Amino acid sequence: MTLLLTLAILILTGVAFWQISKIFELSQMGRKKDDSQIATEKDNDLNGKLMFAFLVFIYAVTIYSFWSYSKVLLPESASAHGPAYDTLLWISFAIILFAQTITQAVLHVFAYKYRGINNRKAYFYTHNNTLEFVWTIIPAIIFFVLIIYGMVTWGNIMNIEEDEDALVIELYAQQWNWKARYGGEDNVLGDANVRFLNDFDGKNSVGIDSSDPNGMDDIVVSQEFHLPVDRKVIFKFRSQDVLHSAYMPHFRAQMNCVPGMITEFSFTPTITTADMRMNSDVVDKVNRINKIRYENSKELTANGEEALEPYQFDYLLLCAKICGSSHYNMQMKIVVESEKDYEKWLSQQKTFSEIIQ
Amino acid sequence: MSELTSISHSNHDDHHHHHKETFITKYIFSQDHKMIAKQYLILGVLFMGFIGVAMSLLFRLQLAWPEQSFAVFDIFLGDWAPEGVMDPNIYLALVTIHGTIMVFFVLTAGLSGTFSNLLIPLQIGARDMASGLLNMISFWLFFLSSMIMLASLFVEAGPAAAGWTIYPPLSALPQTQPGSGMGMTLWLISMAIFVASSLLGSLNYIVTVINLRTKGMSMFRLPLTIWAFFVTAIIGVISFPVLLSAALLLIMDRSFGTSFFLSDIFVQGEVLHYQGGSPVLFEHLFWFLGHPEVYIVLLPALGITSEIIATSSRKPIFGYRAMVASILAIAFLSTVVWGHHMFISGMNPFLGSVFTFTTLLIAIPSAVKAFNYITTLWKGNLQFNPGMLFSIGLVSTFITGGLTGIILGDSTLDINIHDTYFVVAHFHLVMGISALYGLFAGVYHWFPKLFGTMMNKNLGYIHFWITAISAYGVFFPMHFIGMAGLPRRYYTNTAFPYFDDLANINVVITVFALLAGAAQLVFLYNFIHSMFFGKKAEQNPWRSNTMEWTAPVEHIHGNWPGEIPHVHRWAYDYSKPGQDEDFVLQTTPIQKGEIETEH
Repeated sequence: MTLLLTLAILILTGVAFWQISKIFELSQMGRKKDDSQIATEKDNDLNGKLMFAFLVFIYAVTIYSFWSYSKVLLPESASAHGPAYDTLLWISFAIILFAQTITQAVLHVFAYKYRGINNRKAYFYTHNNTLEFVWTIIPAIIFFVLIIYGMVTWGNIMNIEEDEDALVIELYAQQWNWKARYGGEDNVLGDANVRFLNDFDGKNSVGIDSSDPNGMDDIVVSQEFHLPVDRKVIFKFRSQDVLHSAYMPHFRAQMNCVPGMITEFSFTPTITTADMRMNSDVVDKVNRINKIRYENSKELTANGEEALEPYQFDYLLLCAKICGSSHYNMQMKIVVESEKDYEKWLSQQKTFSEIIQ
Repeated sequence: MSELTSISHSNHDDHHHHHKETFITKYIFSQDHKMIAKQYLILGVLFMGFIGVAMSLLFRLQLAWPEQSFAVFDIFLGDWAPEGVMDPNIYLALVTIHGTIMVFFVLTAGLSGTFSNLLIPLQIGARDMASGLLNMISFWLFFLSSMIMLASLFVEAGPAAAGWTIYPPLSALPQTQPGSGMGMTLWLISMAIFVASSLLGSLNYIVTVINLRTKGMSMFRLPLTIWAFFVTAIIGVISFPVLLSAALLLIMDRSFGTSFFLSDIFVQGEVLHYQGGSPVLFEHLFWFLGHPEVYIVLLPALGITSEIIATSSRKPIFGYRAMVASILAIAFLSTVVWGHHMFISGMNPFLGSVFTFTTLLIAIPSAVKAFNYITTLWKGNLQFNPGMLFSIGLVSTFITGGLTGIILGDSTLDINIHDTYFVVAHFHLVMGISALYGLFAGVYHWFPKLFGTMMNKNLGYIHFWITAISAYGVFFPMHFIGMAGLPRRYYTNTAFPYFDDLANINVVITVFALLAGAAQLVFLYNFIHSMFFGKKAEQNPWRSNTMEWTAPVEHIHGNWPGEIPHVHRWAYDYSKPGQDEDFVLQTTPIQKGEIETEH
């Protein structure tokens, strides 16, 4: 109902605009004195002032957005490289917000200040090499610093060293769900290919090559996968059908899954799921979400439908690359826990050899 | 060439005798650049633009009120919206076709087609394009391509739905989604024809600018509009063929069993035979066009803005040579930055560093342009005609949208906002809205030249201010839902309770989008009404310096009766000291004692 009303209002607003503009025009016709359709001094004055008002509007939108929407942003990062990412992000943001504030101000203030007046002559000013040199070199220096900073951070994040201790996990994408594969006892992933997917009556859900001994103790899980805290994880990504993108926003991690090749990304989770649930930003967010869900549930139960379950925070793996109709619902839960809990969980999962028996 | 020389040497009387125009040769299969410009404007901008914008409003409704039933869905989507609820496949199709239409049909063909065609001959002092015939063929190929694209909307399984970037394997395998069947085939055919049309147009623009400038019109006396159109055409000629090759290879993979982009694929219980191809290769090919495409869209808009800001400030454009240098620098760099769309595609991370470097370099000439526009306003005498408002609006959105490019262009920062709404907000502001503003500015400014009548300025003011407010209302909050981690091209975000608190922001965005859509109706009304009933235009309504305003208001074949005027100065002698008027036409000889402006 509210929806219909909103729509009706919007359509009526549209019609109103149309009508107002027609009336506007008719009233212009009546006067006949000035229908030149070229801006007059009065138009310049009005629009110049509106330009100034628009500057205020831009600032207002910016301040409102930061004030009101900052709370929806991602909480503190839960990976070792995350703080470096966040620092670079906020430094870049500070620079662009500064540049935005100044340049928009100058642009709109000039538009306001130099609004046309009859018989005033503009200042004939064609170029100024010093000035142009200065504003070429200043952005150049700033960008140079950002580039170097970015490259160093990028190098650190993308440099995947295969050290002994690292946990190797394969994230396997298909339309429209995820699976995770662990190397098992030997921490080595067995060879795999889509050719083997139909082996063992479809029980070979990620196509492990059963002739490779490394694969027999591999463990494949769906719905959720677990990571031990503070241990480096090397992810190997595969896809069986179309492009997908493994996006783990809380860890500042993303990599495409490409059929026919194996891509890699690595990070070290630093905050357990349980600890993240205690984070004050997350607590606030969960409370907000549950309030919304409670309100929505009231409407649902009134219509005889089931109420929504209360929400509890979990790390997420999402798909960020368009992949077909259920792209919007391709998810997996990530649980970060202590090494002990992780081992316990892992020991409860079936190995490949157990599954195919 | 003989035909060309005969045109440029013949005088006014000859034309009337030689060209007996019928309705068909004058309005339909016209070879006259002014008529072709109008054809592009009406088909490319008004018609295709209307469809492209309307589609965005449909999927915005779904995003604000997910899975609700709407009567408009029932009417326009029919079986694709059972009981008025939009189907997820059709959501993706709408997103795909919206992107395709807006980027290619409206902002490439519509924008360049209209203004390059109208202004290149008129501003350089030529009778017409180098080849009127190729120009006509270019338009009709565009027409054909548009019709095929629209026909794909009537395919039973729906039009292409793999995103406007049509990455395989999704676009290659009909088993993966309904939109990758006949709809995708039509998309590819349409785009192949589109590329042909675009190439014919671009070659014509390049040849015309190089060969047909009137006496005295040296390259450094060209208005910045022409520089922008000229360089745009060159980028188009360099990059569009690569899209054509990508499309052809994709057609081969789809229909002839080749494996250019496909390898190791298992769909619907079946192992497919494809071996050895790579989707990453397609991404390289696509973005080798795709990124220059951004500048193919943007440069003409910036050219138009340069011209209008100078004219309406009654001041020379500040730093003419720096502006030309920036256009050239942007054009060059635009061909070596495509990899920034692929930081996390699986390509070697070292390439990521290289592309970060080139990408942030391109921000420098862009910044120079923005600063030069702002300095042009300084101490001007600004005439706020609607075209000027949209030009200033362009500078504003170009800055806002461009700045977030510094974040996205940085490979490190791209990791966590790649394919989120942050990207959507960024490119809509910097190339979508900015280019549309340039387009609107151009329409308001050159409407008198196109149709001989003036557009209503008050409606123009209403159009601008509502659009300007809505554009920020739509795209500013969108950055935040992107930084909250919401990926783009999601049919709904209700599948993740984590995103529940973004729902109200989506409503705000949709309300502003609908408002913006309503404002475009004002423009449409103004356009059509002014075309037929607008006030008759004077020859040079904006008191501009460029040559098109020396041609008569009534369109004549060959543009100028009698000899083509010669050019004696650059295009920006506004408010030059020692002159009676605050403008001096480019065709006015340097007076005694006057020094030619050094620029």
